[in-house]
Amino acid sequence: MSKRKILMSLAATFLLSTAALAEGPKAGGVVNAVIQPEPPSLMVGLVQNGPTQMVAGNIYEGLLRYSPKLDPLPGLAESWTVSADGKTYTFKLVKGATWHDGKPFTSADVLFSIEFLKQTHARARGNLVQLDKVEAPDESTVVFTLKQPFGPFIGIFEVGSLPMVPKHIYDGTDFKTNPANNTPVGTGPFMFKEWQKGSFIKLVKNPNYHVKGKPNIDEIYWHVIPDAAARSVAYETGKVDVLPGGSVENFDVPRLSKLKNTCVTGAGWEFFSPHSWLWLNNRSGPTANKKFRQALMFAIDRNMAKDVVWNGLGKVATGPSGSTIKYYTGAVPTYDYDPAKAKALLKEAGYNGEKLRMLPLPYGETWQRWAEMVRQNLQDVGINVEMVATDVPGWNQKVSEWDYDIAFTYLYQYGDPALGVGRNYISSQIAKGSPFNNVEGYSNPEIDKLFAEGAVAFPDAARGEIYAKAQKILVEDVPVAWMLELQFPTITRCSVKNLITTGIGVNDGFRDAWIEK
Amino acid sequence: MISFIAQRIAKAIVVLLALIVLNFFLIRLAPGDPALVMAGEAGAGDQIFLAQLREKFGLDQPLPVQLFLYVKGILSLDLGFSFRQQMPVATLILQRLPATLLLTGTAFAISLLFGILFGALAARFAGTWADTTITVLALIFYATPLFWVALMAILLFSVAMDWLPSFGYETVGANYTGLAHVLDVAAHLVLPATTIGLFFMATYARMTRASMLEVNRLDFVKTARAKGLSNSVIQRRHVLRNALLPVVTLAGLQAGTLVGGAVLTETVFAWPGIGRLMYEALLQRDYNLLLGVFVVCSAMVLAFNLITDLVYRSVDPRIEFAS
Repeated sequence: MSKRKILMSLAATFLLSTAALAEGPKAGGVVNAVIQPEPPSLMVGLVQNGPTQMVAGNIYEGLLRYSPKLDPLPGLAESWTVSADGKTYTFKLVKGATWHDGKPFTSADVLFSIEFLKQTHARARGNLVQLDKVEAPDESTVVFTLKQPFGPFIGIFEVGSLPMVPKHIYDGTDFKTNPANNTPVGTGPFMFKEWQKGSFIKLVKNPNYHVKGKPNIDEIYWHVIPDAAARSVAYETGKVDVLPGGSVENFDVPRLSKLKNTCVTGAGWEFFSPHSWLWLNNRSGPTANKKFRQALMFAIDRNMAKDVVWNGLGKVATGPSGSTIKYYTGAVPTYDYDPAKAKALLKEAGYNGEKLRMLPLPYGETWQRWAEMVRQNLQDVGINVEMVATDVPGWNQKVSEWDYDIAFTYLYQYGDPALGVGRNYISSQIAKGSPFNNVEGYSNPEIDKLFAEGAVAFPDAARGEIYAKAQKILVEDVPVAWMLELQFPTITRCSVKNLITTGIGVNDGFRDAWIEK
Repeated sequence: MISFIAQRIAKAIVVLLALIVLNFFLIRLAPGDPALVMAGEAGAGDQIFLAQLREKFGLDQPLPVQLFLYVKGILSLDLGFSFRQQMPVATLILQRLPATLLLTGTAFAISLLFGILFGALAARFAGTWADTTITVLALIFYATPLFWVALMAILLFSVAMDWLPSFGYETVGANYTGLAHVLDVAAHLVLPATTIGLFFMATYARMTRASMLEVNRLDFVKTARAKGLSNSVIQRRHVLRNALLPVVTLAGLQAGTLVGGAVLTETVFAWPGIGRLMYEALLQRDYNLLLGVFVVCSAMVLAFNLITDLVYRSVDPRIEFAS
C-alpha cells in the first residue's frame, strides 16, 4: 500500500505544479492526424503493422503502460507485485473498466487474450515462451507463473505487444474472419466510429472510460494521405494538426519546425528505439571476413549521415543495443570515421575488388539518399558496390532469402536486449523466410550462451554484467554495421498538449492529450 | 448493328479471359508475396506466422490450382477476397469507382472541350501570336510531368493563396449535405481534375490544330469557299467536323484509361480512387485486388473501344458497320 501512497502523492504534486504553470486540461475539440500508410485492419490482436498499432492504441489497451524511462505504469492493471524468486507476477485489474459495448472487463478476458495472442501474434508468442501458467483467482486478479525468472517479462504488457481482446466477442469463433474485426471493440479511451477506406478513420470519445475525466478530446480523424509532400502541405495549410514520427520526409522537418505555432519532439520512441544497421552477409563473399566488416565500419562516415541525411536527428550507434534501452553500455571498441584505417584493413582482408550488392531500404527518399551516401563512402576506400533497386515486397524477399551482400534495415528493440536485440545475433534465429531474425547468419556459441543466460538471469544486476560482455564481443566481431539510433520527430500544433507522455509515444493513444483554445 | 455489338462483346470476353490469365502469371513474377509484406509491416514474423498467412490466402496451393480457383470465381462474377483489406474485392472497387469516374470524367470533359476549342482557335489564327501562345502552352503542359504540375498547383493555390483544398475528396468531419456538399466536393475536384485535364487538353489541342490545318488544304474546303459560304460556317461545319476524326480516335483510347490512369494524381491529392487502390495493391502484392482492378480496367477499355466505334459512325456517316 505504501507504494500506492507514494504514487498518489507524486501524482498530486505533479497536478499542483502543472496547475500553477497553466490552467488544467480542457475538455472538447477535434484532432486531425495523419496515418501512413493506410492500416489493413484496426484489430491489433491480429495485425501488428505500424499504422495499425498507432490508431488501435486509442481503441485497445494493455495491462501496463511504460514511462519514457521504461518503468511500468498502470494501464488495465492498477497494481502488480512480483514474488521474491522472480517467478510469480500478480496483477490487480482496474475496477469498473468496460468494453466499448458495455460488457465488463474481467480477468477472464486476460486469460482469453493470452491464448488468443499465442495463436495470432508472432511477437507475443516469443515473449510468452517462459510462461508456465496464467490463472485468475477472482474477477480482478490475474497471476502469471513463469518456468524460471525472466527479467524482461514486466516489459511485455504494452498495448501493441499484449493487447487485451474481448472474450465475449471472439471466444469460440474463427478469429480471423470474425465480423467484429471491422468494428473493433476495446476498452480504450476512444471508440471506433467510421472508416472510409482511402480517406479517413474516425474515432470518438469513450464516455465510460475507466480513468475518470479522460479522455479530453471528443473526436480524432486519422487522414490517409499517400504522398509525403502532400502530407507536409496538409500540415502547412492547417488541415491536420499532428504528424506522427516518420510521416513526412526527413528533409521537410526543419522547414515545418519553423512554422508558427509548431512544436517538435523526439520523445515517445524510447520503448521501440529504432536501431538501424547494415546487414552484412556473414556466410559468403568479402563480408564473411571479420576484417572486411571492420573496414566497413571505419569507412562509413556515420556522423555526416546523421547531420546531412537525418538533419542532425538521432545518434550514432555504438553497438547492438541502443542507448535508451536497458543494460546498454558505451564501454565497447569504437569505430570512428577513418578511411585510411579502412583501406589498411581491406588490404589485410585480401579484398580484391569483388562486386558487392547493396540493398537500400525502399521506404522513401531519405533512405535512398542515405544508401547513396554510404555507397560513396565505400567507393572512396575502394570497395566496389552495386545498388540493387527493389520495392518493399522485393526487399523483404531478397533479405529473407539471404540474397544480398549489404542491406539497410532498422529494427525495434522493445526496451530490453532479450526482446529486441538478441534475435538478431543468436544462431537459433538463423532461418530462411523472415527478415526479422538473424539474417546476417552470424553464429557464435559464446554469444548464444550469453543471450540465453541474460534473459533468465536473476536479479537484474546479473543481467547487466552479461549484456555488457555480449555487447563487447559483438562490437569486436561486427556481424552487422551499426549505423544510427533513429529519431522520428513528432510534429504538432503547440495547442495540442500532453500528447506524448509515455515511452511508446503516439502509439499509446490520445488518452491524456487536450487542446488549448 | 445489334449483331455487330453482340459479336464485339463475345470477342471482348475472350480477350478479357486471356488478359486475366496473363496478368495472373505476370503479377506472380514479381518478387515477394503478400504474407512477406504483411510480416514486414508488422516488424516481426516467425515461420508459423508466415505459414498461417499463406495458408489463409491460399498461397500454399500450387499455381495452377490458384489460377483455376480464380478463373472459376471470375466466371461466376466473383472477383475474390482482398488478402490485406479483408474485404471482397468487388466491394472495394465499387467503393472507389465513383470517385475515380468523377475525377477522370471531369478531367476528360474539360480536356476535350477546351482542347478542341483551343486547337480550333490556333488553327483559325495559324501563324499569329494567339496560335503561338496556345501551341507553346500546349507543348509545356504536354511535356511537364503530371505530379510536378500537381505539386506546383498545390503550392500556388493551396499553400500560397489558400483558395482550394490540397487533398481529399471532401472536407472530413464537416458533414455537409445538399448543395454545400456538392460545392465542397467541387472545390476538392478543381486541382486534381485540372492537373489531369491540362495534360490531355494539350494533346487534343495539338491534334485538333494539326488536323484542321490539314483539312483546310483539301479541295472540298475550296469548293465551300467558292460557293460563298462564310468562313465561320466553313470552319465549323466542314473543317472541324472532318478534323475531329483523329481526335475521336485518341479520345477513345484515352477514355479507356480513365479508370486506371490517374495513379499519380490520385496519390498526390489523396483522392480515394481506384488508381491508388491499384498502386497500393501492387506494392502490397495483394494479388486478388490487383487482378480485380485489372479486370475492371480491361473491361472498361473494351467497352470504350466499342463506344468509340459507335461514335465514329455518328461523326462520319460514311463509316459502316462491317460484320
